[in-house]
Amino acid sequence: MQLSGRGLVCVRGGREVFAGLDFEARSGEAVAVVGRNGSGKTSLLRLIAGLLVPAGGTIALAGGDSELTLPEQCHYLGHRDALKPALSVVENLAFWADFLGGERFDAEGSLTTVGLDHATDLPAAFLSAGQRRRLSLARLLTVRRPVWLLDEPTTALDAAGQDMFAGLMRDHLTRGGLIIAATHAPLGIDARELRIGGAA
Amino acid sequence: MTALAALIRRDIRIALRVGGGALIGVLFFLTVVVLMPFAVGPDLALLSRLGPAILWLGALLASLLTLDRLFMADHEDGSLDLITMSRTPLELACAAKALAHWLAAGLPLIVATPVLGLLLNLDMVATGAVALTLLAGTPALTFTGMIGAALAVTLHRGGLLMAVLVLPLSIPVLIFGVAASQAAITGPLSFGAPFSILCALSLVSLVVGPFAAAMSLRHGLD
Repeated sequence: MQLSGRGLVCVRGGREVFAGLDFEARSGEAVAVVGRNGSGKTSLLRLIAGLLVPAGGTIALAGGDSELTLPEQCHYLGHRDALKPALSVVENLAFWADFLGGERFDAEGSLTTVGLDHATDLPAAFLSAGQRRRLSLARLLTVRRPVWLLDEPTTALDAAGQDMFAGLMRDHLTRGGLIIAATHAPLGIDARELRIGGAA
Repeated sequence: MTALAALIRRDIRIALRVGGGALIGVLFFLTVVVLMPFAVGPDLALLSRLGPAILWLGALLASLLTLDRLFMADHEDGSLDLITMSRTPLELACAAKALAHWLAAGLPLIVATPVLGLLLNLDMVATGAVALTLLAGTPALTFTGMIGAALAVTLHRGGLLMAVLVLPLSIPVLIFGVAASQAAITGPLSFGAPFSILCALSLVSLVVGPFAAAMSLRHGLD
């Protein structure tokens, strides 16, 4: 499986964010997108996720499921964590598992992995920023998708959480998945660097 | 289907929990209708003549009250991104969200109508007629209102803008809803003609609403 972009141009609000961007990622490979604030890291992830329309260039996934579009094979972990404060931890997770579909739902298992098994019935409103992030990570584990698009994934995670997350990413890569992560902090795994818009 | 059922279940659950919109809508409906007799005065004949119109206006405003959050909340917390990316067509997801909103916020208004009919000196037949027209007409309010809610997300403006966009679209529903109720109560026109048109308006909006809302959401991706 290979994800590649050729000559991507991104225009936001009439301003060109980046132009002529090429990238490539193969199965089992992680790409760390780096660059200063405003250089278009998030925009690149959203272009791949189909949430932005490129002003030019193409993105293609070779060797994926031919029945599905690229966004349907991606997990997008953005700044906003898509959690409903009124619902409990397990209700939030169960909803995304049902809605996104795919493999059988194992709430307990993935909540234990991310270290939230003691808080399953707690409304998400009472979670700390780090716990919310952990709950979002549980979504990536509950529904299998080959492509992970991660936007500053380690924000708000404590040291133990970052180690746990690095382990999850390594597992994902060994299963043949690929990861594109926009980040300022080290990811904790071997990743090829993709620099956007000059030195940081 | 599991995906849509899950979306409907989630939205209803959120609406019924503390801070959700379902109860607020009914309370607002109650307040608007209770205020009317104080404004109009203790003229029972006048009240019962105005009754259907007051109930319809109250229901219209109450269903608008909670509608602007339909997509805004999902947009703000990032859920809308994941819904857009998912295997479920956005049109169906929009329809499921509107259906959930109608079940949680529209249906309670209809249930409350008989109680409020008492306050407006409406007899059994009149109250029944108004409740029936609301049952047929409120889906049209929700499904056309959904277009406004989607535009509000696209334009990053909530609340009042939505009311300005949606209220003109609901004029036909209001006209035929009140006309059908009046026809059932006083005649001389037949109840069937305006009621059929009301049902037709609902059916059209069920089809057009989801497509227009999904188109607006896709256009506003950013």
